[in-house]
Formats: sequence, structure tokens, C-alpha cells
Amino acid sequence: MTEKTIYLDNNATTMVDPKVFEAMKPYFCEYYGNPSSMHRFGGQTAKAVAKAREQVKNFLGASDSKEIIFTASGSEGDNMAIRGIIEANKTKKHIITTKVEHPAVLNVFKYFEKQGYDVTYLGVDSKGNIDLNELKNAITNDTAIVSMMYANNETGVILPVEKAAKLVKQINPKIKFHVDAVQAAGKIPIDVKNTDIDLMTIAGHKIHAPKGIGALYVKTGTLLPAFVIGGHQERGKRAGTENVPYIVGLGEACELAQKSLSYEMSEVKRLRDKLEQGIIKSIYNAKINGETENRVPNTTNIGFQYIEGELILLHLSDLGICASSGSACTSGSLEPSHVLKSMGVPFESLHGSIRFSLSRFTKEEEIDYVLKVLPEVIFKLNKISPYQKELKALEEKHK
Amino acid sequence: MWDYTEKVMDHYKNPRNVGEIENPSAIGEAGSLVCGDALKLYLKIDDNGVITDAKFQTFGCGSAVASSSVLTEMLKGLTVEEASKITNQQIADALGGLPPQKMHCSVMGHEALEDAIANYKGEDTKTHCEDKIICNCYHVTEKNLREAIEENNLTDLEEVMNYTKAGGACGQCHVAIQKIIDEIKNQKEKIDIKNMSTTQLILKVNNVIEKHIAPELRKDGGDIELIDVKENKVFVSLKGMCKSCKFSSNTLKNFVEASLKEHISADIEVVEV
Repeated sequence: MTEKTIYLDNNATTMVDPKVFEAMKPYFCEYYGNPSSMHRFGGQTAKAVAKAREQVKNFLGASDSKEIIFTASGSEGDNMAIRGIIEANKTKKHIITTKVEHPAVLNVFKYFEKQGYDVTYLGVDSKGNIDLNELKNAITNDTAIVSMMYANNETGVILPVEKAAKLVKQINPKIKFHVDAVQAAGKIPIDVKNTDIDLMTIAGHKIHAPKGIGALYVKTGTLLPAFVIGGHQERGKRAGTENVPYIVGLGEACELAQKSLSYEMSEVKRLRDKLEQGIIKSIYNAKINGETENRVPNTTNIGFQYIEGELILLHLSDLGICASSGSACTSGSLEPSHVLKSMGVPFESLHGSIRFSLSRFTKEEEIDYVLKVLPEVIFKLNKISPYQKELKALEEKHK
Repeated sequence: MWDYTEKVMDHYKNPRNVGEIENPSAIGEAGSLVCGDALKLYLKIDDNGVITDAKFQTFGCGSAVASSSVLTEMLKGLTVEEASKITNQQIADALGGLPPQKMHCSVMGHEALEDAIANYKGEDTKTHCEDKIICNCYHVTEKNLREAIEENNLTDLEEVMNYTKAGGACGQCHVAIQKIIDEIKNQKEKIDIKNMSTTQLILKVNNVIEKHIAPELRKDGGDIELIDVKENKVFVSLKGMCKSCKFSSNTLKNFVEASLKEHISADIEVVEV
């Protein structure tokens, strides 16, 4: 292993921003009081939690900090929202989501399907876009919730959640609309104000806060039962003494993410595009998966045809480059990415798909280094492939 | 990240014998683009039936490339006869072991080798019609499954998935795979009883009686008692309603004896005392 680490796997997790870490530090050994305590010592942490709640509120464009519930992860937020709404609407037996959701949403829907619920999984086209007409036709009087991701974790494709929420409410205002915004937060502007979105999940570790902290936005007036029963914390919806340092970290990370948005959408995007275009230009068996326009600025998903993803990752890892793959072999399951499969990505690219995801900490020389070494890796692996004829044809076409 | 051995890493980083052989004596193929891994094995075999050269091309993950690469090293210098005895476990062992979830890579190497040898001998290398496909997602036949289960002593569905990939996608074949596992398990247990001591056999017979026979008889107010076991003869006594039942000899033959035969051995004979 080389010393150098080029981290292009920011959709998996991000580095904690040193400023976030600094903000958290005092809340371990110095200000460790319980926010619920009556003494002034505890009151200091209560203030810190209140400030963080305000920061998250501002970041999401919520109208009241009461609408923010701190969670331990994106998965928890997704579970709390979906299971909560279903529990609060016991008579309704139909729920809607998309085929390309993160497992934290998809598997919750599959769970309810097994319980006898009628589930609509909305499909996507070859670019990863959904069809709002399909959503419109799926809505029934029996529908309890629609859950839709804001941006896809594998391809970065942005789904029209605001339009979808509006459409749902026009047909039936009682249906609740949840957005899994874990991969959109910090990458594109988010503003729930004046939208029809009822619930929104974010996770700290995707926006340079630590792992183990997240938040769920719940619009005022949305009936949601307690997810963790116990004390009064998080307005009784999620009992348990607040994780003060991490909550402080999330608040700080949200504020920094808001400030970095324009950088993200210009500079990070420029580097992503440079990487993507460079790869497509120099490697004849590389093909972009998904929409190229309507995407979060940090993500690209590229299929390397006729070679396998895990093998690519292993070789990149030896060069210090961190990326990830939708290949079956890397996931521990035998199934390749459900997202790419739903998009109809052909098998020759499906198994060799690599996701590069940048962050505001990605440097230009890192992108240059990847562009320098990647073609050599791919061409070396191409030689091992049994599909020499097919590769030759691609090479000819590329010239 | 997978916990690959140094050898696996060495072989995927520097794969040996990559490429095609011109005018090969045999070609073997396994897997497909759809499945996510595919292997093409080329052999050059001399007039004495000795493998003088072996090369491969693989579409697959690190352990698939390593399995193919190490297999080509193992094959050189062997006779076709010797090569045909190589098992997937030997391929995995040559790499210092593979993670359980990656054992199917060694199985793929073994399948390609079998295919190459069949090709060399001029046998039909295509899947035979009678080879029922059990897993449609990964095109795994009943024959493939039986071989993998028997050779590697696989005992549950998860292991079978790790070794063959069968059942790893849609999951519709899980019941069918479990049935094959159970069948093989039963057969194995039956063979073993010939080498059992009388005490072991008594325990086994008693177990079958308690689990499968007595509960049924008790439903009708009857019961059964195991008196003795001598060689293949099982001596029992029918109790309760069974004692006075005019169909008792029928029960003894068609139910008690049949159950013992099914669960233990076809040689068993039941005698009423």
C-alpha cells in the first residue's frame, strides 16, 4: 500500500471537517452535563443542543426548530419516518416508493410488503429518472405514504421530489411525503419551506459530521408516534439522553455545508466533470451510467465494460485510490447494484461499474493523479478479460 | 474489504498465464457475463496426455482471477487423468484459502477444468437436457449443485450459495436447493450406519421412533416400544389401541418399517415381539 490516500468515496462517508471536530471537543470532558438537568452546568449543553437544532433548521429551511428530531443515522431517520407514518395511519394499506432507494428505505417497504401491504415501486428510465405520471397513476385512496430519495447514492441523479410532493398533495392532501435527502444534503440547495414535503431525513457523516448522528425533519402538524419510547427528549418522539457532542457536530456541519454550497456546485462540479471527461476520453471501454445534467455535483458512476468492479477497486486501492462499486462481488451479496439494474444498465457495464464521489476537500492534483494512473490499470485488466473481440470493437469505435 | 490471503493478492496483482493458446488441445468455459464472472481455460496437451501449457482469461473479481491463475500453475505437467482429480477445495487450498463467500470462484475454476477435459475427450460439453436447472438466475444445474454439496460437505443453504452462487439472487429456488441438501444428507447418514455400533444404531432407531413413528401412533391411541436391535433386525412391541387393531401388521410393515427404512437404511427389517 502506498502512503498516499486519494479519497473519492465521499458518498460512502466523509472526513469530519476539522472545524466540526473543534466545535465538538468541549462537549466530551468539559461540558458534559445532561441537557435535562436543572443546574446551570446541564443548561450549557441544553443551549448547545438548541443552537445545533437551529443550525439544522436553517440548513433545511424548516420554519421551526421544533420540526427537527435528532437521530443516530440516516437509516434511523428513514425508519422513524416511514414506520411512524404507517403506524399513525393504520387503516391505510398502500405505500409508494421507488426501485432505486437506499436499502434503509427499500427494505422497510419490503418488510411492510411481507406484512401484507400493497407496495408500488416506481421504476426509472435508463438515465435514472422517474416518471411523475407513473406516480400519479399509482396513488389511491388507500395510500398512506410516498417515500422518495432526493439524490441517488450510486449515480447522483436528482429526483423531482418537490414536484412529486406537490402532485401527491393535489390528489390527496392526507398522504404524507417523505424525502431521503441523505445524498443531496450539502451538495444541492435544500429548502423545505413552501414545499409539500412532510418529512426529510439527513445523515451527518455524509456532510463532514461524524458517523452516528442524523436528523429527521417533521413538518408541524404531522402526526408521528414515538420511535423510542421513554423520556421527553426530542419531544417524546425519540427518548434517550441527547448525544450532545455529535449533535453539536451536526449543527456545525450543516452551517458549514450551507456556506460551502456554491463551492460545491461550481468547483467540486468542475473537478468531477474533469475526472469524468478525462476518463471517457482516455479509456475506450468506459461509459457513464445515468443522467449527466440533473445530478449532484460530486458524483460520477462509470461502467468499465467487460471487466469486473471489485478487481478494479483492488487495483485502485493498491494505488491509494478509494472508490466504490455496484458490483456484486464487493457487496458481500451475489447481486449487482439494484439501482443500475433498475436503469437497465447492460451486464457488460453493470458488473464493472465504479462510483467516484468527491467532496469540498478533493484537490485538483488528486484528480490529475487518478487520470494519470487509471488508464494503465484498466488496460492491464482488459488483457485478462475473455471478451477480447468485444473490447477490440470498442477500441476501434473510440478512435 | 475482503480478508484475502497474501497468495490471493499476489495472484490477482500478477496473474500468471494470462491469454489464449494458439491451436489449443482443449478449451473449457464456465460462468457468463450475466452472472458476473466468466472463465475461459486453454490447455495444450501432448501425445502422452500431459498438459504442457495452460492459459486463462477471466471476467471476475480478485479471487476469481487468483483461482484461475493458480489453477493454470497447478495444471502444467499433470496428465489429463491427474488433472481430472483436482477439486475446487484444492484450488482454494493452493491460494491459502478463500473467504467463504468467495468459494464459488474456486468452483468456477473447477467447472472450467471439467469442461476443458470433456472438450479434450470429445464429450458433449454443453449442459445436458436432463441436467435440470435449479437456479435460473445463475444457471446452476442439479448436477452442479450435487457435485458441490458432496465434494465440499455443504450442509446449509448459505454454504451452497457461497460455493455455487445458486439461490443468491431472486431466491425462488431456495426450497429446491434445500431439498437437494436434505436428500444428500439423508443418503450420507444411511451409508454411515453400516459402520455403526449396535448402541449407535439403537440410539438412531429410537430417535426415529420417537420423532416420526410414535407421535403418529399416539394420535390414534396407540403406541410403540423398542425392545431390541440385532444387526439389521429391529424388535418392537405395539401398545395401546395398536395391540388390538386388526391392521397392526399393516401398520408395522407400511409405516413403522417404511419410516425406519426411509430415515436409516433400506436393509432394516422390523419384527414384532
